[in-house]
Amino acid sequence: MEFIWAIVIGVLYAAGLYMIMRRSIVKIILGLSFLGYAANLLIFVVARLTRGNPPLVPNGAEAPIPPYADPLPQALILTAIVIGFGVQAFTIVLFRRAYRSCGADDIDELRTTEH
Amino acid sequence: MDFLLMAPVLIPFVTGILMLLFWGQRDVHRILNVAGAALLLTAAIVLLDSVARHGVQATQLGNWPAPFGISFVADLFSAIMVVITGLTALAVAVYSLGSMDEARERFGYYPLLHIMFMGICGAFLTGDIFNLYVWFEVLLMSSFVLIALGGERAQLEGSIKYVTLNLLSSALFLSAVGILYGAVGTLNMADLAQQLALLDQPGMVLTLAMLFLVAFGIKAAIFPLFAWLPASYHTPPIAVSAIFAGLLTKVGVYALIRVFSLLFVQNIALTHGLILILAGLTMVSGVLGAVAQNEFRRILSFHIISQIGYMIMGLGLFTPLAMAGAVFYIIHHIIVKMNLFLVSGIVHRLRGSYELKDLGDVYKTYPWLAILFLIPAFSLAGFPPLSGFWAKLMLVQAGLQVKQYVIVAVSLIVSLLTAFSMTKIWAEAFWKQAPAPHQPNTQHLTLMVAPVVGLALVTAVIGLSAQPFFDLAQRAANQLLDPAEYIAAVQSASLALR
Amino acid sequence: MHSLILATATRLLLPLMLMFSIFLLIRGHNEPGGGFVGGLVAGAGFTLYAAAYGVSQASNMLRIDPKRLIGAGLLVAVSSALLSLFLGLPLMTGLWYKEPLPVIGKVGTPMLFDVGVYLVVIGVTVTITFSLFEAEGE
Repeated sequence: MEFIWAIVIGVLYAAGLYMIMRRSIVKIILGLSFLGYAANLLIFVVARLTRGNPPLVPNGAEAPIPPYADPLPQALILTAIVIGFGVQAFTIVLFRRAYRSCGADDIDELRTTEH
Repeated sequence: MDFLLMAPVLIPFVTGILMLLFWGQRDVHRILNVAGAALLLTAAIVLLDSVARHGVQATQLGNWPAPFGISFVADLFSAIMVVITGLTALAVAVYSLGSMDEARERFGYYPLLHIMFMGICGAFLTGDIFNLYVWFEVLLMSSFVLIALGGERAQLEGSIKYVTLNLLSSALFLSAVGILYGAVGTLNMADLAQQLALLDQPGMVLTLAMLFLVAFGIKAAIFPLFAWLPASYHTPPIAVSAIFAGLLTKVGVYALIRVFSLLFVQNIALTHGLILILAGLTMVSGVLGAVAQNEFRRILSFHIISQIGYMIMGLGLFTPLAMAGAVFYIIHHIIVKMNLFLVSGIVHRLRGSYELKDLGDVYKTYPWLAILFLIPAFSLAGFPPLSGFWAKLMLVQAGLQVKQYVIVAVSLIVSLLTAFSMTKIWAEAFWKQAPAPHQPNTQHLTLMVAPVVGLALVTAVIGLSAQPFFDLAQRAANQLLDPAEYIAAVQSASLALR
Repeated sequence: MHSLILATATRLLLPLMLMFSIFLLIRGHNEPGGGFVGGLVAGAGFTLYAAAYGVSQASNMLRIDPKRLIGAGLLVAVSSALLSLFLGLPLMTGLWYKEPLPVIGKVGTPMLFDVGVYLVVIGVTVTITFSLFEAEGE
């Protein structure tokens, strides 16, 4: 199971990096979100996959029964998703404004700040 | 004591909230802005004093013991950085009153500024690596809006580069945190320091170290990851440029120093040797980039990069004197670099341009401004007896002690080239005859000059009585090199919980 | 575009949604729910109202500038975190009132924090959707 996930995550990283290096600003946005998904999935898988054992304390017991899933990575991912959502929304608006004022979606055209 | 540790985060936060409640009331925002920044500086100084007297302090948020709860830790290095944040916050808060246009003020410039200060202080004080990521995002998010606020074309182009590269770095940082948790099973930095020492997987640790080096290297703008900085830092209004130039990249440097002194010290010959090489390349490429520029702010932007090389050099040498030099260099650099940007803003106010070819005659018409420029400029280049001289002296001595002659030679040549750049600005902007007369705009000039004078005084004081600052930097460096006190503080904070 | 069906339905739906959002908020501490979802439901209610009657009427009904709502929510959340500092405990320590109240259940600072989140989420969603409606109307 981990093996399949490892490949999926690798493909996501590769796709994200490839998209960031394209010239179209729309692809940069997509690339950045792919990188975010890849990182989130990575945290999820790296912290070991446990099936069907939520970290809940059953009635009458003092502690959850091992082996239970580690809740911490899920909390981390939840935080990262919320942050990523906000950042993505901002990026989309920013890139749209930039597209409107520069009239180009080609990153090579955005050179006025380079010299 | 808990309050003291949290105050640098809470004060800017509450300031920002109050501004939200008074949305659209410009006068209230301006008052709150200065009051909040002054309060932040006061709280930071009290915190530094307390840490200097009683040693490293820690608190556990929510009464949860480490490593489960989030630690907040203030050692001397953190406390110093928070004080510098307070100082620059106050300077930029006052400067903005005079230089910021009303449209941006109405659009929430001040609340964004203070939320950014909250993020910066949080990043300096947290003792949890994932929490560090969250604080980074807080400060990045507000810096994204600050750099784009106003929506001029150059700003938008600059922000695209700034945002993209910083998001890439955040994704790498997050991945590194995830793998770290998978390998060690903890995120608390004090606990990580202990667990990583026991972990017998050198390959994994090295991979993690490199991931963190790249992630923080982008944020700190080290070679070869700095291209976004000179492409974006000169685009927003000058007050924003100044705080970015002075403070923001140094958060990346802080994170590098923290991670490579507390966590990744298993293979110093390799990791810190690599950092030393990067330091040399960063210095050289930054200063050569600056030589080729002809715009006031872009010259200064390239100098940020070369100066970051010096700080990283201290980390790369990794001796007590070198680390003290790095800490001293950061203190000196933030104040001086910010001051130079603020001076360039005043020149722009008076002469209407940042392009060196359009400038001139500033010395003849405004000799006081020329002096205000010379103090930070000489300090940046490392002239005695200003603060930059002592900072460079410490690093050079440290380099000679461990016989790293190449990096010492590089640092000396780079400092010569820095002096050359400063003379270029001097000759072009201040000395030569102006190509065309310009009607100066002296509106609110006092508000812009006051912080420049204040920061120049601080530079002079650090230079003229360097000993106490040197001692402080040395103590901070010793704490960094021997994390036992840091770890013990977190543990005793956990034990003291009820 | 004024739709009679939407307008009539909204008049019935909005109070229900607001009540449901408060139910979610109160239930949230130990069971599914909480300030975030509650705030989203309430925000959706106001958005629905704006869709049916227009933004200016919806703003009138809301009375308070949504940006200030965000500020107020943050202030409530911060003060819930600050309370423990005054008792000498670390920031954000959960404090509980011992006796559970009828209907609401146990009351404590985490609940206050949730109320803050509730207000912030309403403020944010309403700010976003209102400005989207206005941009569309241009």
